[in-house]
Amino acid sequence: MNSTGSKNGISLAVEVAGIRMKNPIMPASGTFGYGEEYAPYIDLDNLGAIVTKGLSLAPKAGNPTPRITETVSGMLNAIGLQNVGVDAFIEHKMPFLRELNTPVIANFFGNTLEEYGEVASRLDAIPELAGVELNISCPNVKKGGIVFGTDPKAAFEAVSTVRKRLSKPLIVKLTPNVTDITDIARAAEDAGADALSCINTITGMAIDVRRRRPRIANLTGGLSGPAIRPVAVRMVYQVVNAVSIPVIGVGGISTAEDALEFLIAGASAVQVGTANFVDPDAMQKVIDGLERFCLEEGVDDIRSLIGSLEVA
Amino acid sequence: MPNFKTRILANQEIAPGYWRMRIQAPGAVADCKPGQFLMFRVQLSLLPLLRRPFGIFRTGFQPSDVDGLPPVEYLEILYKIVGQGTAMMSELHQGDRVEILGPLGRGFSAGATGREKILVGGGIGLVPLFMLAQDLVEKNRVRLLMGGRTRDDIIAITEFERLGVETYTATEDGSLGEQGLVTDVLEAKLKEIGEADVFACGPMPMLQAVQKICARYEAPLQVSLEALMACGVGACLGCVVKGAGHSEQTPRYLCTCKEGPVFRAEQLDWDLMDATESSCEGCK
Ligand SMILES: Cc1cc2nc3c(=O)[nH]c(=O)nc-3n(C[C@H](O)[C@H](O)[C@H](O)COP(=O)(O)OP(=O)(O)OC[C@H]3O[C@@H](n4cnc5c(N)ncnc54)[C@H](O)[C@@H]3O)c2cc1C
Ligand SMILES: Cc1cc2nc3c(=O)[nH]c(=O)nc-3n(C[C@H](O)[C@H](O)[C@H](O)COP(=O)(O)O)c2cc1C
Ligand code: FES
Repeated sequence: MNSTGSKNGISLAVEVAGIRMKNPIMPASGTFGYGEEYAPYIDLDNLGAIVTKGLSLAPKAGNPTPRITETVSGMLNAIGLQNVGVDAFIEHKMPFLRELNTPVIANFFGNTLEEYGEVASRLDAIPELAGVELNISCPNVKKGGIVFGTDPKAAFEAVSTVRKRLSKPLIVKLTPNVTDITDIARAAEDAGADALSCINTITGMAIDVRRRRPRIANLTGGLSGPAIRPVAVRMVYQVVNAVSIPVIGVGGISTAEDALEFLIAGASAVQVGTANFVDPDAMQKVIDGLERFCLEEGVDDIRSLIGSLEVA
Repeated sequence: MPNFKTRILANQEIAPGYWRMRIQAPGAVADCKPGQFLMFRVQLSLLPLLRRPFGIFRTGFQPSDVDGLPPVEYLEILYKIVGQGTAMMSELHQGDRVEILGPLGRGFSAGATGREKILVGGGIGLVPLFMLAQDLVEKNRVRLLMGGRTRDDIIAITEFERLGVETYTATEDGSLGEQGLVTDVLEAKLKEIGEADVFACGPMPMLQAVQKICARYEAPLQVSLEALMACGVGACLGCVVKGAGHSEQTPRYLCTCKEGPVFRAEQLDWDLMDATESSCEGCK
C-alpha cells in the first residue's frame, strides 16, 4: 500500500522546479481543499506533493450558487475562487500542512499585478512551503478585465512581478482558453517561471432546457474531468516541445494509465483534480498503478518514461 | 467507515418512483448520527461521474443468510428517481458491489429534553428524520407532520408509527390525510401546543414557510438542506448556502456538506434563499 520513492527496486521519484517528490502525483488546486479535508481518506504523506486551493490577498467569497453541474464525463464549476485569504491560510491551514512529510505547494492568484506581487512575497516568507503555483487564469481588473493568462504580454508581466518577490520555486499554471498555448508558455518561461502546469479548466456552458436557464449561476464555468483529457494531453505535448522548463500535466486524470499518457507526452509530474471527488483514494490508486506498470514494463526509473513518446 | 466498498443487501421499490436500498455497512450503527448523509458511487465507470448524496434513513442488523454467522450490519437509504443516477441505482440488485463515502456532515442535535418535538417532512425529505425520531422518542413526545403532493409521496410513515411517533399527513390533492399543505398543519400544532422544537427537511418553499411559522411562534428550528455536491467533504466549495448576515460586502457562505446539511435556522439567510436552490428535484 505504502508507495514511497522506491519499492521493488522501482523509483517513482521525480524533481520538478527543484522540488523533490517521491512520486509524480499531486492534487490539482481547488479539488483537494487545504489537504486536511482528505486526510481521513488518503495518506497525504504518500503523495508526491500537495497543492492548495487558490489563495488571494483578501479572503474571497466566490460566486453565487448553483456553482457546479455534471456534464458528460466531466463537470462545470464556477466556484469563483472562494478561499480564506493568504493570512488566514498561514494562521489556520499551515499548522496542519507543516506537519506533513510531503512538499506543499501553495496555489495563488490576484486581480492586479500589485496583488500578485503581495501574495507572492507573503507566501515566500513561509519556510515550510516547497514552492508556489501561480494561477494566471484571472482577469486583470485594472486593465478592463483581460485575463492575464490569455495574453502573452500580460502573462509576462504577471509572472515577472511575482518572480521579483519570490525566491521559492515558481510554477505557472496556464489556461487552455487561448488560441496558441505555446505563446503563453514561452512568455511565462521568459519571465522566470521554473515550471509550468497545464491545463486549467476549459470554459464551457450548460443549459437547463426546461427552465431555459444556465445550469450554473455564473452562466459559464470551467470544464474539468475525463472529458478534457485529450485536450490536456495535446496541450502538454505542445508546451513540452515549446519550452525547456519542466511541465506538470493536469486534466482529466483518474487512473495510472491516464497519468502515463501525460508523462509519456513529456510531463515531469501530473496533478489529479476532479477524480478526487469521484474517489478520494484516486491518487493512491494512480501511484500504485504506476508502480505496477513499471514492474510490468521493466521500467526501473519512472523518469525514463517522461517524454518517451515515439512519433513515427 | 469512511470510504468503503460493500454490497447491496436489498433494493426495492416501496411506492411509485421511491426506492429503498439496504447496504451492508460494518460500523454503521455506531457511526451514523441522525441527519448525516453519504456519497453513493453509482457506477465504477464514468457515467455518472460524480457521487450522489443521500441521507441515511436508518441503520441496523439483519440475520446472516448463512447459518451460524453473526448478524449483518446495514444502513438504508430511501431515494426517489429524478434523473440518470437514481434511475441507474434502481437497476442494481442484491449482491451488487457499491462504493460509499460516509457518514458525512453534521446532523441534528436533540434540543431540550422534555419539550415536544415536531418533525416536518416533505416527500423524500422525510429520510433524515427517522434516526432523529428513534433518538427522540426515548425521552420526548414526538410528532411527525408529513406532506406530499399525492398519497404516493407519503412513504415509510408506518415505520415512524412503530416507534411511537404520532403522525399527521397532508397531501395537496387530498388523496391521503388532510388536504392542504403540511405547513398549515404545523401552524395549527404550534398554536395548540405552544412550545416545541421543530426539525424539518423537504423542498425549499416548504422550508421557507416552516421557518416563517417557527419564527412567529419562537420555536427553535433545525433544517436539513440539500445542494448540488461534487466532493461531500468540504473540498470543492460547490455546495455552499448563504449564511446569516450574508451580503456582497460581507459574504458568509456555509458548506452544506461539511457545516451542514443540518443547520439551525438562525445560521442561514432566509431572505436571500432562492426557492429553487438548495432543494433537490427529489423534493420538489
Ligand atoms: C445532503 C443530501 C441528502 C440527500 N438525501 C436524499 C435522499 O435521502 N433521498 C433522495 O432521493 N435524494 C436525496 N438527495 C438528493 C439526491 O442527491 C439527488 O436527487 C440525486 O443526486 C439526483 O441524481 P440523479 O443522477 O438521479 O439526477 P441528475 O440527473 O443528476 O439530476 C436530476 C435533477 O436533480 C437535481 N439534483 C441532482 N443532484 C442533486 C443534489 N445533490 N441535490 C439536489 N438536487 C440535485 C438536478 O439539479 C436535476 O434537476 C439528497 C441530497 C443532498 C445534498
Ligand atoms: C471545483 C474546482 C475548483 C478549482 N479551483 C482551482 C483553483 O483555485 N486554482 C486553480 O489554479 N485551479 C483550480 N481548478 C482547476 C484544477 O486545478 C484543474 O486544473 C482542472 O480541474 C483540470 O483537472 P481535472 O480534470 O483533473 O479536474 C479547480 C477545478 C475544480 C473542478
Ligand atoms: S460538496 Fe464539495 S464542498 Fe461540499
